[in-house]
Amino acid sequence: MNELLSLLVDSSFWVAVLRIATPLIFGTLGVLLCERAGVLNLGIEGIMVAGAFIGWLTVHSGAGLWGGVLAAAFVGGLLGALHALLVVRLPLSQHVAGLGITLFATSLSYFAYRVLFPKVDSPPKIEAFSEMSWLPIPVLAEQTPLTLLAVLLVPAIWYVLYRTPLGLALRAVGESPHAVEAQGIDVVRLRSGPVIAGSALMGVAGSFLTLAAFNSFFFNMVNGRGWICVALVVFASWRPGKALIGALLFAFFDAAQLRLQQAGGGLLPYQLYLMLPYVLSIVALVLVARKAAYPQALMKPYVKGTR
Amino acid sequence: MRDRENTVRLEARSSISTIAPLIAGLTAIFFTLAVCGLLVLWAKADVASAYVAIYEGALGSRFAITETFTRATPLMLTGLAAAVAFRARLYNIGAEGQLYMGAIAAVAASVVMTNDAGELALPTSLAFLLMIAAGALAGAALLIVPTLLKTKFKVDEVVTTLLLNFIALLFVSLLLDGPLKDPSAMGWPQSPTLLSDLEFSKLVERGRVHTGLLFAIGLALVLSFVIRYTSFGLAMRAVGANDRAAAFAGIGVNATLIKVAFISGALAGLAGVGEVAGRAGYVTLDMSPGYGYSGIVIAMLAGLSPIGVILAALFVGGTIVGADAMSRSVNVPTYIADVIVATALIAVLVASLLTRYRIVWRAKTAAKR
Repeated sequence: MNELLSLLVDSSFWVAVLRIATPLIFGTLGVLLCERAGVLNLGIEGIMVAGAFIGWLTVHSGAGLWGGVLAAAFVGGLLGALHALLVVRLPLSQHVAGLGITLFATSLSYFAYRVLFPKVDSPPKIEAFSEMSWLPIPVLAEQTPLTLLAVLLVPAIWYVLYRTPLGLALRAVGESPHAVEAQGIDVVRLRSGPVIAGSALMGVAGSFLTLAAFNSFFFNMVNGRGWICVALVVFASWRPGKALIGALLFAFFDAAQLRLQQAGGGLLPYQLYLMLPYVLSIVALVLVARKAAYPQALMKPYVKGTR
Repeated sequence: MRDRENTVRLEARSSISTIAPLIAGLTAIFFTLAVCGLLVLWAKADVASAYVAIYEGALGSRFAITETFTRATPLMLTGLAAAVAFRARLYNIGAEGQLYMGAIAAVAASVVMTNDAGELALPTSLAFLLMIAAGALAGAALLIVPTLLKTKFKVDEVVTTLLLNFIALLFVSLLLDGPLKDPSAMGWPQSPTLLSDLEFSKLVERGRVHTGLLFAIGLALVLSFVIRYTSFGLAMRAVGANDRAAAFAGIGVNATLIKVAFISGALAGLAGVGEVAGRAGYVTLDMSPGYGYSGIVIAMLAGLSPIGVILAALFVGGTIVGADAMSRSVNVPTYIADVIVATALIAVLVASLLTRYRIVWRAKTAAKR
């Protein structure tokens, strides 16, 4: 217990929390945009792999770091457009199309990595984002600019969703596409936009791993972070502010289990610590499930002229 | 929001011609080969010789064929697990974890049933049945939990089954470090080897294909019958088609979902038993290269039909085995196998959709409904 208390006053612990949370904030906001428009996007895991790979590849071939982030966003958006084509333009199952995109994006990234770097023992490194030491805010100063971007995106997305006509239409199309259609608004375009934008954020989430958290691309580096984001959105009741809190809470437990594992000195098997964030995610889902306000039209394909 | 009239829309076809699915299937295959051919070109290899090498590696020799069948065996079982669950709209994305639970349960059963002299403490046939039951139950248990959370607390099973994959793998890792650690395995996480009495027998000499294959095909036939001709099969399909209507018709939706979860989880667990008892002999943390996830792809390629799952599993298994062989001879990365499977999935889904709908192009001015 003492160890836990000493963690809370240790600023390096909070630095770790914010670092772990950053890709989750990007990813969760991405899932949130898709689901608010009524589209489940299980492509996130693969889109994050593609974003991590393309971001790193772009920087490795000579572009700037922000060029890498943009490339990751672009590829994420491209995969999002494919998902939108499959489940918004065409009424395919959102679960299956998403999993198909995850498989496609993951295997294509790994394939491309092996074609471009056939025989490398250690993965080529890049010069990653550096800390914002110019910033006079304690914990944030030890983060990369991507973390600042992630945190700033939360109010930005909140503003768009709740204070603009576009946001109102977007939320409406996730609840009742037929009502939106009756307003004379094109459901296909209104749903595709958020799916593409949300997928671009997922790409950026992946690029954080190769451009800020690490400085290279590894296989399996996303390792379920995408799925965590899908869980966090439910936990957050599809609200941007709560999404930030959820990502920070998950990161808190993830960082805490790492510290406790070191402090515990092998008292408990390390796997139990690693399980903790996943188990707590499920517990959190159970706690919020009763009042979970799912977007009413989530996972329901919309075919014009049918009910 | 200003807007203009849709220029493209889908319209349900009133009748589907008999050759349409055939044309759709061929188009999907051609599309997949074309897309992946471009990737082969990018890897600076000859497309024709790459595809020939994949074919030769999958079906070109007696050894290749037995390898394809060996690889297809767990895929059939995880494919069936997904097909059964998705039929009832229970989105079980956790077959990977269920497979590992089945595998570790089979080894645990073998350890428990071994006496001090290192022999089976029970009659072989009984011990064999108990091992299979242990694996099936362990897989089922891992899916029953999220299904109960779904029926009792309305927790979405997509997320929980996905998360349980990670928990199950960590749990297996914990066992491989502790009670089920192979003391002779030099620190590498590996379980003790299954007693040889409990191994599945081989189907052919000089090949790895084992009786698990017949077992999987048999289960596919049984499931096909159950889904089509039994009242449980009807309940399952009704729940999948419209759960509220099914409840209104007097079908116990939650009870049906629990039964479906039991069957689906058990099938995935059996895939794990088969990998241990038929092929590897012990559990490692990399024993499955994503068989659980591939099962979903296979079920969808098969249109959720159990018989179709057999064929789709052979296609996916053959592609993986063939691409492995091809990457050794033609030097195209073996990840092409997953790209082929993923492209085929997307192409087949779109093609089969277009047999049911037609795309209607409209002039922008024709704004009347």
